[in-house]
Amino acid sequence: MNIIGISAFYHDSAASLVVDGEIISAVQEERFTRVKNDKNFPTNSIKYILEENNLNIEDIDAFVFYEKPLLKFERLIETYLAFSPMGLKSFIKAIPLWIKEKLYQKEGIINEIKKTFHKKIDGKKIFFSEHHLSHAASAYYPSSFNEAIVLTLDGVGEFSSTVVYHAKDNRIDKVKELHFPHSLGLLYSAFTYFLGFQVNEGEYKVMGLAPYGNPKFKDLILKHLIDVKEDGSYQLNMKYFNYSIGLTMTNKKFQDLIGFEKREPKDKLLQNHMDLAASIQSVAEDIILKITRNLKQEYKINNLCLAGGVALNCVANGKILKEKIFENIWIQPAAGDAGGSLGAALAFYYLSENKIKEKKPIISFTPYLGPKFTNEKVKIELDNLKANYKYYEDEELFEFVSKKIMENKALGWFQGRMEFGPRALGARSILANAKSLDMQRDLNLKVKFRESFRPFAPAIMQEFSHSYFDFDENFESPYMLLVTKVKNNKNKTSDFVGFEKLKNIDTNIPAVTHVDYTARVQTVSKESNERFYSLLKKMNSEFDTPLVVNTSFNVNGEPIVCSVKDAFSCFMNTNLDFLVCENYILNKKDQFQ
Amino acid sequence: MKDILIEFYLYMKERKKYWLIPIIIMSLIFGGLIILSQGSAIAPFIYTVF
Repeated sequence: MNIIGISAFYHDSAASLVVDGEIISAVQEERFTRVKNDKNFPTNSIKYILEENNLNIEDIDAFVFYEKPLLKFERLIETYLAFSPMGLKSFIKAIPLWIKEKLYQKEGIINEIKKTFHKKIDGKKIFFSEHHLSHAASAYYPSSFNEAIVLTLDGVGEFSSTVVYHAKDNRIDKVKELHFPHSLGLLYSAFTYFLGFQVNEGEYKVMGLAPYGNPKFKDLILKHLIDVKEDGSYQLNMKYFNYSIGLTMTNKKFQDLIGFEKREPKDKLLQNHMDLAASIQSVAEDIILKITRNLKQEYKINNLCLAGGVALNCVANGKILKEKIFENIWIQPAAGDAGGSLGAALAFYYLSENKIKEKKPIISFTPYLGPKFTNEKVKIELDNLKANYKYYEDEELFEFVSKKIMENKALGWFQGRMEFGPRALGARSILANAKSLDMQRDLNLKVKFRESFRPFAPAIMQEFSHSYFDFDENFESPYMLLVTKVKNNKNKTSDFVGFEKLKNIDTNIPAVTHVDYTARVQTVSKESNERFYSLLKKMNSEFDTPLVVNTSFNVNGEPIVCSVKDAFSCFMNTNLDFLVCENYILNKKDQFQ
Repeated sequence: MKDILIEFYLYMKERKKYWLIPIIIMSLIFGGLIILSQGSAIAPFIYTVF
């Protein structure tokens, strides 16, 4: 049975292919259109999926949309009704859009497919999954657990913002939930907005900014903005928020409470902003820890699955791990809405009448589910781009690359199938020397063109991760979703505040050590990514360095590169020194500018 | 249009929220009128509306 899962029309649209319960392909539309978080129907993604797998559109048995538009519309109407007559301005803007584009999505999907593939598909082939069920399925089925507690946390689905499921023997049963407008995701996004970052995109920045500040506003937040119960359930004080019916996330009362003005994107980041980021991060961690502790106590199940946008908060994930609340944790790397496309397809397959009676299979999950370019294809593309390149056999390629990394060169690393989800995991990555003192600043300013405060993550050989980081031996973190302490650091205490803290980092891997001496680690094994592992192995044997800086192959504001052409363009427009596309290496000095 | 109405009917039947029917109908009429008077429906980004 061929099932295509679709996420679209909100942000981060994507398509996934599941064949007889196996995950075959998954890709985000932004990678093709080059529009960050593209929300349009994933036409290019579906096209890629069909071509890659030699399928025609008629071969698809079901198209499953990742949420239920009618249920969402009901929430919208009920919200406007509850706040009436407030919210008229938002109502006037929202309702026509819903009527025109969003309400009858079945027809929308049929039309979009007809427009691209010139075939009208039967409406009976189109199905709708619930938003949080899609997230839950994306985390439970690819995990190795037969029984697990599945926690999904995000902004808002149809009605829910936080949902707990009990999953066992292929079944996923909802056991409790919290409803909109009370939402941890929206609370975090409200602070993201107030700090001058883009909602749905800047949450990473808030998380990265937090260690520069002190949680001075934490008590204020807990006293006025959110009431958190012992079991982790919570209620927001909507007096301070405007997102239910307004056109902004926060209101004047929020600003008055915080005591300073909302930051605009171009404004300088001040200590107050850092303190506010630290405060909301600390509140979010407390809530997530309370929820997970309570779930463990209540259900006494050893396995936890996480998904939903909030599950990308790797600092909070690291705290759950550190406290050893659950024996095992599995987090879907595409935890945001793109991953909903995968979950929708999996839920449709495994929750059908005959499958829930079967034993849950072990799906071998890999995040490398996107387009791949063979050496032949790479050569053709590079010739078309009039690039100057040299072919290297594997062994000499790993040797050359590791040498250049240790010479503090920054490289674009383009290998194999592209990753699904927001993290670059060694397929579309920029690699650099983790031991370099200046690399964090240089990469941010000269290559990524982004804020200088943002940290970089390490990718390390699996067997060495516990030597460098506070992980148990054999612990795996293959998707870069967990933050942990860097070992052997001097953890100098000093009077440095704010961005000055960057000068205080004293470890042997400063480029991947954040100012609070933590790192968001990717462990690499031969099984998870053989080529990347071979490179790290070479670095270790030649230079006693089993790790590198691994950051996404893109510049600020652009999606991660997908094709050779994208990679070449990014290479030429940044200060990257080398580009490594499969077995071809391009030196910047050899290119015509 | 017929499909939309059938789907709405089935949806309401399942959700058993019949009290919402007049409100939804009014919203649809109101929204339709706005579309007719504006010619297009372009809204700015509103986080929770989509």
